[in-house]
Amino acid sequence: MDTHDTNVYDALAAADHDGRWAHGAGFDETVVEVTAPAPEEVDRDDLATYCLMLADDALVASQRLSEWATNAPELEEEVALANIALDLLGQARVLLARAGHLGAAERFRTAGGASGATGNGRAQDDEDVLAYFRDDRNFCNVTLAEADLGDFGRTMAWMLVYSSWRLALMTTLRGSTDPVLAAVAAKAVPELAYQREYAAGWVVRLGDGTELSHVRAQAGLDAVWPFVEELFLAHPVETRLVEAGVAVDPASLRAAVDADVEQVLPVATLTRPERAAVGLVGGRGGRDGVHTESLGRMLAVMQSLARAHPGATW
Amino acid sequence: MVSAVRERSVRSAWDAAAEVTDPEMPMLTLADLGVLRSVTRDGDRVVATITPTYAGCPALDAMRGDLAAKLADFGDVEVRVSLTPPWSTDLISDEGRRKLAEAGVAPPAHVGPRSAGPVTLSLAPPAQRVVCPRCGSADTEVLSRFGPTACTALRRCRSCREPFEHMKDL
Repeated sequence: MDTHDTNVYDALAAADHDGRWAHGAGFDETVVEVTAPAPEEVDRDDLATYCLMLADDALVASQRLSEWATNAPELEEEVALANIALDLLGQARVLLARAGHLGAAERFRTAGGASGATGNGRAQDDEDVLAYFRDDRNFCNVTLAEADLGDFGRTMAWMLVYSSWRLALMTTLRGSTDPVLAAVAAKAVPELAYQREYAAGWVVRLGDGTELSHVRAQAGLDAVWPFVEELFLAHPVETRLVEAGVAVDPASLRAAVDADVEQVLPVATLTRPERAAVGLVGGRGGRDGVHTESLGRMLAVMQSLARAHPGATW
Repeated sequence: MVSAVRERSVRSAWDAAAEVTDPEMPMLTLADLGVLRSVTRDGDRVVATITPTYAGCPALDAMRGDLAAKLADFGDVEVRVSLTPPWSTDLISDEGRRKLAEAGVAPPAHVGPRSAGPVTLSLAPPAQRVVCPRCGSADTEVLSRFGPTACTALRRCRSCREPFEHMKDL
């Protein structure tokens, strides 16, 4: 008899990991692409920051969506939202590891107050450090990613915009000169296309549904709309990396998002909102670490376990 | 001589690795699923390379552990995870598709090479023809676009009324 099969936990215990909390028990399968050299003549810090931006967009949105666990209107939608959250977490993990490989985790490594809590510098520890030991001012996601999701109607309006925008971004990013960004993007495109179809289907169903579902869907879209404009603003890091062939110009994504919105809203009998955008603060927005109040509350929930029990394993 | 022995041991290591089953769909081996990319030798180590089905697939760590245990007899084992090229359901072998259907999971359709351009948004219900794995009827409908694992959706057969899982085309 094969002794390795006697206990299903033996194989896990034998794997080369230390059982840290990383997004679950002992996940440490960082992908090999993460250690690829940065493209020539690309500033390493810029590339690390860009990876962090795209990672935070996914990590924060994933955490938001997981708030629906045990709260969704139907079991099927609960499973759907959890699956979508998991897809985004998968994108975030590789991007965080890449950012860490490029040095982004170093200044947060002792932020937990206990160096033992923040690992030994391996890529999987970088993911933990960046996810759990950064404060909101050091998160550089767009504010749409952190927006409160409200009811199910608002969540679907949010997801339509978010997945449309990220899909357009990842579609172009497949041609990035950075091999990790290109690999993450190639993997993300079909997943995001599936998410967008799910969201669009619900926006139509709710908008063109009952009187109440229509009101809720329109209110949800109205609540999400002020966060849309920021999606198309380029941060200086993005601008520099666009020139280097690494990044996607956010302004170039507007046409794709507009087209999706214009395709869905008439069928859903919803109206494109006329709402002022959430303004930047002194020219600074989510990409600069200037966030809405709700990000801090969300991170408090997400980070409390890792910070309360530094170095905990299970 | 030495290289011939090594060659043989790499081949039998592949054969061993190819028997490891998927943790969430145990009717399939990692080879059937197209997740096992290669088994090679790097010095004294056996290196198995796998690719995730979905970027956030939670079964990856279990696959890693199962592979490491299975290959332990061949020396030190390293299991690498690679994203490139991205996995697609087209990589599932014919044998794998047969096993899926046998286990009551409708296999995915062939999706073909992915376009480099933008993906168009369709508001119509998914039009693909999915045959009920229980009664063979093509009269089936989507119950939920997301199923119990990242790679399946839930459908229902209108002929035999049975619900079943469908592996999403990706």
